[in-house]
Amino acid sequence: MTHSGILVLAEHDEVELQSVTHSVVRAATELPGDITLLLIGQVSEVIIQSARSLTKVSRVWICDSPLEQSATAENVAAYIVEVSRDFEYILAPATTFGKNILPRVAALLDVSQISEIVRILTKDTFVRPIYAGNALATVQSFDPIKVMTVRKTAFEAIPPSLNLALVEKKPMVSDLKLSFFVSREASHSERPELTSARIVIAGGRGLQSGENFTLLEAIADKLSAAIGASRAAVDAGFVANEYQIGQTGKVVAPDLYIAVGISGAIQHLAGMMESKVIVAINKDPDAPIFQVADYGLVGDLFQILPELDRELAIRMGKS
Amino acid sequence: MKCLVPVKRVIDFNVKIRIKSDGSGVETEHVKMSMNPFDEIALEEAVGLQEANVIKEIIAVSIGPKAAQETLRAALARGADRAILIETDDVLEPLNIAKILKVMVEQEKPDLVILGKQAIDDDCNQTGQMLAGLLGWSQGTFISKLKINLTQNQIEVTREVDSGLEMLTLTLPAVVTADLRLNEPRYISLPNVMRAKSKPLEIKSLSAFGLTLKTHSQIVQIELVPPRKGGIKVESVNILLDKLHDEAKII
Repeated sequence: MTHSGILVLAEHDEVELQSVTHSVVRAATELPGDITLLLIGQVSEVIIQSARSLTKVSRVWICDSPLEQSATAENVAAYIVEVSRDFEYILAPATTFGKNILPRVAALLDVSQISEIVRILTKDTFVRPIYAGNALATVQSFDPIKVMTVRKTAFEAIPPSLNLALVEKKPMVSDLKLSFFVSREASHSERPELTSARIVIAGGRGLQSGENFTLLEAIADKLSAAIGASRAAVDAGFVANEYQIGQTGKVVAPDLYIAVGISGAIQHLAGMMESKVIVAINKDPDAPIFQVADYGLVGDLFQILPELDRELAIRMGKS
Repeated sequence: MKCLVPVKRVIDFNVKIRIKSDGSGVETEHVKMSMNPFDEIALEEAVGLQEANVIKEIIAVSIGPKAAQETLRAALARGADRAILIETDDVLEPLNIAKILKVMVEQEKPDLVILGKQAIDDDCNQTGQMLAGLLGWSQGTFISKLKINLTQNQIEVTREVDSGLEMLTLTLPAVVTADLRLNEPRYISLPNVMRAKSKPLEIKSLSAFGLTLKTHSQIVQIELVPPRKGGIKVESVNILLDKLHDEAKII
């Protein structure tokens, strides 16, 4: 059997298409074949229209299920296996959403998964980071279906076009009843989303408490920045895990990354090394973070942050 | 109930890795090796559940070279009741690891498999999901809370997802993968290290499993990422803001 075409698993929050989807579609354009975008779960009209207008997407499949709360990893994986057997590529974002589902799909198709690709060299050879981003592995796949998750920061978001893709409904008909959704606790923030913010200000153990993250908030508000944290700060219980940047957290690549009270363990650097400009504020002049920072400021963050906040207010007042 | 905890021997997280001169892989000779930190968390969870009398037996499994016995001894010292090494010198892909673990599950018949969410060497984050898929079991990935409800034959998990937390109920048997905040692994005490020496550690040869494992993908080359160049230190907040405005043109 010959396989052709690319199936992209879209990520959305039931209201909007997540921008990570645009990056995965960009990666798909570097592969041979037509692109089909798959929307799973409750989708709004806004999501459907954004999906249809993505450049190079030729088909949009909507998996609307008559079954209640059926979008569990087990059901979605089984469904994707059903609809994807003829494809040559199955792509998903390397987010907790994609990472949860895609390896299960790969195993059911008896193919390997290539995780978090950052470059596409040929139709079967890809580059991915290993060892917390300290090394890059070039991996060749021998499988007839290549199942891959894509790292958002490595592929520029694809813009919309005027051509609208065809929409087709493909319902999910069976429920394996293996797992059941109970509830979700989403942290609501007025700030930009961490992985797509232009500026990120992140705090580490040096902040000493969760309350002290308010020092970052004032600055983040002025800069329209997202707030992040090191694993040490998450470990210490200062902030929730969704703030974590690093090898086992989120990977960000903003125009400006401000690391405050973060020593710069390699596990953290793995999540922010691709930032265009890095600023480090730390009282320890020998902290490893200064080795990667474009601009380093040595000193007590409890003095520096209020000063930075004041100066920003003054400068923004002038402009 | 019975719990299986697969553990992986990896280069210690504190070691600065070196690439073999031919670019074929990462140097592991004369390098400090440890149990994958996420597997320590998985094991700690099982031990906690055993102390709470929810789990009766914990079996640690590793797939790797002879030296992975050390990792299994550490697992026994951490509280596993017995350990199994499936010995192979091949570096196997997550799919093949999952296929071997599936056979282990069929032999040992655990009700629950707890794994680390990812290994810190290849950073794949696949094995748990693949094993659950091959077994047709429920899966709970990246969990920060686990509660077992034996009367209902279910477990309740809290998952760490990008947008916050997600709570699920899973039907047993299940595969779950541990995230960072599930627990904090305790230090191994010397008496436990001594006790571990007398616990059973069985060594099986992979070839005896009769599995046909295909090579699905291959690493062509590994290269070190050149370290990012450091910049300058600035003296004050004002100079910093000037630089960000005039040089970097961001603020």
